[in-house]
Amino acid sequence: MLCVAGTVPSNDFPLLEGDVRLIDEKLYIGEKCICVNRGTPALLAAAAVTADYFGRSCFTYLVGDTGTGKGSRNLYNHLSSVLPRTSFDTITFHYLQPIVRWQKRLQKILGDLSPKPTLIADAGYMYAAKMSGEASLYDLFTPDVGELAFLADEEAPHPFYTRGFILHEAHHIPGLITRAYKHGNAARYLLVKGETDYLANEQGILGTVSGPVEEAMEAIGGTGDTATGIISVLIDAGIPIEKAILVAMRVNRIAGHYARPTPATQIIEIIRHIPQALRDVLGSDNQWIATPETSIIDIISNHRQTEKLFKRLEEETGTCICCEGLFMSVKDAASHFGFPLWDTLIDINTIILGGEK
Amino acid sequence: MSVFNFLKRTGNKSKPHKPTDQADRGILVFENTSEVIQAETVLKQKGWDIRVMGPPPEIRQGCDLIIEFPLIEELQIVNVLRKKGIPPLQVVPVTGHLLKPVDIFQIKDFDTYLMVRAANMKLSVDKTTHMIVNISGGGCPDVPYLAASMVGQTIESAPSPREIGHTLCGYALQLAYEEVQRQCSA
Repeated sequence: MLCVAGTVPSNDFPLLEGDVRLIDEKLYIGEKCICVNRGTPALLAAAAVTADYFGRSCFTYLVGDTGTGKGSRNLYNHLSSVLPRTSFDTITFHYLQPIVRWQKRLQKILGDLSPKPTLIADAGYMYAAKMSGEASLYDLFTPDVGELAFLADEEAPHPFYTRGFILHEAHHIPGLITRAYKHGNAARYLLVKGETDYLANEQGILGTVSGPVEEAMEAIGGTGDTATGIISVLIDAGIPIEKAILVAMRVNRIAGHYARPTPATQIIEIIRHIPQALRDVLGSDNQWIATPETSIIDIISNHRQTEKLFKRLEEETGTCICCEGLFMSVKDAASHFGFPLWDTLIDINTIILGGEK
Repeated sequence: MSVFNFLKRTGNKSKPHKPTDQADRGILVFENTSEVIQAETVLKQKGWDIRVMGPPPEIRQGCDLIIEFPLIEELQIVNVLRKKGIPPLQVVPVTGHLLKPVDIFQIKDFDTYLMVRAANMKLSVDKTTHMIVNISGGGCPDVPYLAASMVGQTIESAPSPREIGHTLCGYALQLAYEEVQRQCSA
């Protein structure tokens, strides 16, 4: 199960935990209702609609904090106490006040969890993860370009203090990624959100997603939060992390595209399009996208660039899929030849939709 | 030799720490020890986790004492001290005494709207009405609070991040806010 730890912008909001539901565009934890706006509520709303798509659920630990750090300290303390008794598969940390002393205490506990959950750090929690020198404990950081410059600057304790000569390199994302890994300030994977989204690890760039392009998305508060919410659910659903990230970024962009955004668009207007974007990328009601029922011949004849994927599957399974199963659906072929249906489908759709790998 | 000189000459002249427990701490430098004592009293009364110590050798301004404080809360701490009439001479991170706040702004013109980015914070306004239409970026918990307080108001009527923010993200937003004001009045 997925767990999200974060904050809401209120001093009166108590520490709550429970499953999250999105009803009529409002979040509910038990009977407590939360308006969806930027920050952790936007992440949770995106996660909730994505979890619905997969028939999964999303658990949260949530507390009020307006920047004093009081709520965050309370949450760090609570997580340190309860996480050893939990068995989450994926944990996403979000808008917590970056407090190194508290985070180090929590990291000791996270490191001892067995099996270790997939750990995702975004927003303030990511800042503290870098500052604490424990970035490698985490599986994914999700910086934007400004935050990547901060990760790349081994001296900076916060993006506010990123040195100018590194900020000037913001157009050279691969160089900043290399620098972040060189100084041990990046997680196992980095997703850099921007005009083009970059997926990278220590070896370099693994993939990019650059369409559809909506320039106004950069100005809209919460678009990074929704991306992290979608990614978290896809990873928790068992989709390999690299695929989950590329697919999620595509979904986030398509949802934004449907909202016909301007810089004045609010994040809920994008969240309401996530279900459709998920169906577009993964679902069964779009003739241009491969589904479990789509035949292999239709996929290859309409999208020749997928041919290399089937060649790879043939090598992996030791069969000739294109000779014996050309007219089968992907679902039947997966069953017959023994390749993973869902992973393959995501690979096919990622290639079709222009995500280069 | 004064206690203060003793402190300055002993144990506190170590090299800057690399990522450790001190990585999220900052240093407040004051003109004289009287201000340090006043500031210590004010900040402790407000419950901040601070301590008075001797300055590291790289700090060449100020007196024989400095105050170490939670760097992330720089915006509100400096604001409180300014209101009390004891603004610090200098504020620096413990891990990098030469580091300075960002002073590079990226400006994007969307025809009807203008977006200004300072460090990790972006503020967008309607160029005609001066309405703040969005705040994005940042990762500290006061950012959603600042957005909720400022979006939908004009730059002339909205509370400034300096007034209601707490953290370095709030500080970056203040810089973006000032740059937007400058751009809109030009």
